[in-house]
Amino acid sequence: MTVNGINIPNASIPPDLQHQVAVTTLDKIYNWSRSNSLWPMMFGLACCAIEMICTAASRYDLSRFGMEVMRPSPRQADVMIVSGTVTKKMIPQIVRLYNQMAEPKYVIAMGACASGGGPFKEGYNVVPGVDKFIPVDVYIAGCPPTPQSLLHGLITLQKKIEKEHIPTTRWYKKEDVVEIPIPVLGPDLFDPRKSELISLETHKPILVEEPVTESGDAA
Amino acid sequence: MSEQTANHPLYYEMANKFPDAIILEVRSGFFGAVVKSQSLLDVAKTLRDAYSFDYLSAVTGVDDFPEDRMEVIYHFFKSIGGPQFELKVFTTRNEPTVPSLTGLYPGAELQEREIWDLFGIKFTNHPDLRRILMWDDFEGHPLRKDWKEPFYEEDVKPFKNRWPEGKARHSENTNPFQDNVQYPREFNPANWTGEADHLMYKSLIMSGEQSSNIIKTDQLVVNLGPQHPSTHGVFRMVVVLEGETIVNLRPVVGYMHRNHEKIGERNTFLQNMPYTDRLDYLSSMSNNFGYSITIEKMLGITPPERAEYIRVMMAELTRIASHVMSIGFLMNDLGAYFTPALYALEERELILDIFEAVAGSRMMCNYFRFGGVVRDVPEDVMKKVKHLVENRLPRKIDELDRYLTKNEIVRTRCEGVGVITSDEAIAFSATGPILRATGVPYDIRRADPYSIYESLDFDVCIRNHGDVYDRYLLRMDEIRQSLRILRQVLNRIPKGPVISGKPQYLAKVPAGESYGRVEGPRGELGFYIVSDGKPNPKRYHVRAPSFINLTGLAQMCKGAKVADAVTILGSVDIVLGEVDR
Repeated sequence: MTVNGINIPNASIPPDLQHQVAVTTLDKIYNWSRSNSLWPMMFGLACCAIEMICTAASRYDLSRFGMEVMRPSPRQADVMIVSGTVTKKMIPQIVRLYNQMAEPKYVIAMGACASGGGPFKEGYNVVPGVDKFIPVDVYIAGCPPTPQSLLHGLITLQKKIEKEHIPTTRWYKKEDVVEIPIPVLGPDLFDPRKSELISLETHKPILVEEPVTESGDAA
Repeated sequence: MSEQTANHPLYYEMANKFPDAIILEVRSGFFGAVVKSQSLLDVAKTLRDAYSFDYLSAVTGVDDFPEDRMEVIYHFFKSIGGPQFELKVFTTRNEPTVPSLTGLYPGAELQEREIWDLFGIKFTNHPDLRRILMWDDFEGHPLRKDWKEPFYEEDVKPFKNRWPEGKARHSENTNPFQDNVQYPREFNPANWTGEADHLMYKSLIMSGEQSSNIIKTDQLVVNLGPQHPSTHGVFRMVVVLEGETIVNLRPVVGYMHRNHEKIGERNTFLQNMPYTDRLDYLSSMSNNFGYSITIEKMLGITPPERAEYIRVMMAELTRIASHVMSIGFLMNDLGAYFTPALYALEERELILDIFEAVAGSRMMCNYFRFGGVVRDVPEDVMKKVKHLVENRLPRKIDELDRYLTKNEIVRTRCEGVGVITSDEAIAFSATGPILRATGVPYDIRRADPYSIYESLDFDVCIRNHGDVYDRYLLRMDEIRQSLRILRQVLNRIPKGPVISGKPQYLAKVPAGESYGRVEGPRGELGFYIVSDGKPNPKRYHVRAPSFINLTGLAQMCKGAKVADAVTILGSVDIVLGEVDR
């Protein structure tokens, strides 16, 4: 990697030193080094995980971008690639894993299912998009996205990281970063943040002309 | 329908034997026996012991709403091959109970749990009747016809215009919670004290098994998964350990339950084809194959000869791609991190190139149609396949073989680990490499031939020890046999059309039912379809080999070390898309 990428524009460096010295800002060097050593979490959900493996394998070779270090532990990972359908049964674990990741952390929603439910959106056990619970940085289209589009997604994430500014980053703020409350598997999945709304809706008097919203057939 | 009529004398014989219990049901598209639920066990025992129908392939339920009736359907086969024997049990919708067959056929265990979960049919004397795909506290039984999901729009597709007056209508906006959820009346999340998994831990403690160690240690429950690098997806094993020895194990599935069957019953017949790709996403062509032959049985059409050859070609390429990947990732589980898998993935990529060339997508091919395939294989792709089959793959498979098979670590980690005997494998309804590695030559391509497999020359591979090493070797053998099939296919493939008749968007499937099965890379992939003559299936069930192979997992793991559980799971080679559907 040349140092030119991190030089500030119009830096006047003597020609002899151009390959040894770089004049840059703290933001730039900080972002440059972070964006080129993104460690994804080794975390596959569904079909897209197979394409993620292919991306890491020899033909597409993720390591060209400094991302080959797949970490099974969330504590060591920078990017969570949500690769596949997010189900209600799995979302508590996904949120827990996200909470366990150390800052700075990024999320890529890989494929149609993780982005918005995809072909399975209407399913009763499917969360229509992982962004209902955790913040997503990059969405990748496709079902499943090809390895090329995953690479494109990761490069997009790199570009996003390069634009970050230390004083405004989430993880250097004085106040604590609030953890996302873990969704609970009740009679159906519920988000603790929505408790009041749920309680309000389920205690509403039933209007006669409206169809009943409760599940039709209990055990 | 010749293969379905082959067993008819037996149905009459059984009906004579149990005049009070069995009623033959004959109508167009269906021929089978209906058993009274109180005599189900006797009939099944006679079938198993006197007629050697020792292999219970699939159990599933059907909801006959609005009639007050639910059905449980059993598909029996002989492990020496031959057509099926189908039994039905009727029960009411209000209090559905059916005796459990787990005592006679342990392979029914997980399937009966699935029926309880999705239909609410209780199985008396089932050892561990808990929900399996959904969680314990979930409200309702989703596959009942009158149960509606939160994003319910209409009963069947194609839905009416989703863009009324040119504006997009999102399901989120029609739901009061702006999400895919619904709650019973009077439900208050603040008072919720339910605890996930309490029933499972209870059942593990209840089973109270002890190892025969002289030194007694405390039992420890360890959860492997659902996020674990070696579980091949979102699979969870709850293991009871004594020291490092596994005393008991429960597979916990459902983390990727994407409601394949509920969505499948809303879809039209053809709309299900791309969904089948996403079942076993490592072998989408095989899934297409199984689904299309099931529907073709009902439609009564046969594909033209060229299409049959193309289908077999694609299915065998899929098998190779899936098996090399399985071998590569078994090595991953043994600790050879990623290097063998890289070799395996390299070959898989070349096969995926062919799929991409013919179908347009690497993994989700959606290539088959009822009565053929969607488009012809171009000549230059044929050349690529030829090169792959005749030059590259045999060389590369030998290379893998040379690197791995005699490796000291592979042998010590795999030999004698995860043993299952042939009797146990049949009883647990295991299929595919698991069953054949125990010495049972049961391969549907030979046992109940479909497509053109009868005219092809290949051997059913078997190995005799039933351990992890044999499953590995068997997959190697099968790759070689697949190459043998492919060579014949490439030499013989005729010219001609690739689809019979005009391609149809709306298949007019007559009323009736059909159970079609193919030998997928992981075993018997079955589709059970009930049609009532409408454009959508009334019941759409997938008999997923990976799911049913898991029934025997606890048996394979008992007594092994905890590190071996990872290896054993790798050798069972599950794909979660198919396990959870």
